Amino acid sequence: MSKFNKKKSGDLPAISTASLPDIVFMLLFFFMVATVMRQNTLMVKNNLPTADQVEKLDKKDLVMYIYAGEPTERYQGTYGTSAKIQLNDKFADVSEIQDFIYQERASKREEVVPFLTTALKVDGDSKMGLISDIKQELRTANALKINYVTKKGDAVEGNE
Amino acid sequence: MAKRAAPEVNAGSMADIAFLLLIFFLVTTTIETDSGISRKLPPEQDENQPPPPVIKERNLFTVIVNSNNELLVEDEIMKLENLREAAVAFLDNGAEDCSYCQGAKSESSSTNPTKAVISLVNNRGTSYKRYIAVQNELVAAYNQLRDREAQSRYGESFIELEKRYNDPRTSDNDKERLKPRLEEIRELYPEKLSEAEPKKN
Repeated sequence: MSKFNKKKSGDLPAISTASLPDIVFMLLFFFMVATVMRQNTLMVKNNLPTADQVEKLDKKDLVMYIYAGEPTERYQGTYGTSAKIQLNDKFADVSEIQDFIYQERASKREEVVPFLTTALKVDGDSKMGLISDIKQELRTANALKINYVTKKGDAVEGNE
Repeated sequence: MAKRAAPEVNAGSMADIAFLLLIFFLVTTTIETDSGISRKLPPEQDENQPPPPVIKERNLFTVIVNSNNELLVEDEIMKLENLREAAVAFLDNGAEDCSYCQGAKSESSSTNPTKAVISLVNNRGTSYKRYIAVQNELVAAYNQLRDREAQSRYGESFIELEKRYNDPRTSDNDKERLKPRLEEIRELYPEKLSEAEPKKN
């Protein structure tokens, strides 16, 4: 008889937490994979100027980035110290900007093309000559919406 | 010998370890959004197009930045920190039929904010940092005037209005209401900032 009435204690059985680590690991892997550290590896110095009248650049998928500035020390041996343009992951010439814009446009859906913005991430110490050349190329490619990416801060200070 | 099962490894703290890692990644992940000064480039000029209308000298505010990063405003050397004030004074002068202007109504400055044009000329040798600072000051001058008008008409600054308009949480009804206000203020002080092609030397 005792076979049938053993273990009749009134305690609730503990909920098994054995699968909790699996759930948490799943979340962890999701975040690790979804986190984009940086899209491009920077090959130029990128000490952005400061400004305070800024607008936010939302919708990352509608932004094309153009970097410019002096090559970093690693690349100075090969490319010299004069300011250069970087498109995607390599140095480029001014004349390649138009192709870059067309490529970027082709990779986006057609209906969002008019909303594409070009973000210029240019080192504060570069000369305006280079930026004017870039702007001229953008005008020719009809990419008229631009944004000078800056850090937040006082523009006047440290500029006299 | 009694047959004993291998003791089970206690996995209770596994969750804690995983949570720790998860929280670390959550905290260190910065989904950074860039911010900057937005501009619109002029479309490429057609050669057959008629030349643009002539602007009166008094309605033109010329800012020249040379290769030594010095500022020449209306043929006078100026420091960067005074530029915003000078631009505001020029835009807000309102010598002819401008009821909302609070400027000096000087004969030599602009007639009306809707006609006032700021022309920015830079040199190929100008540093980018300086150029951005000048742009920033000029945009700030416009924003200051727009803020003042928005504040007196709607009790809210222009930046606030714009922010609310761009906020996806704002309901469509509110947007409908905000849109004409924004447009009205933009019309009072239109941003007319022209950039000439930079000079060679």
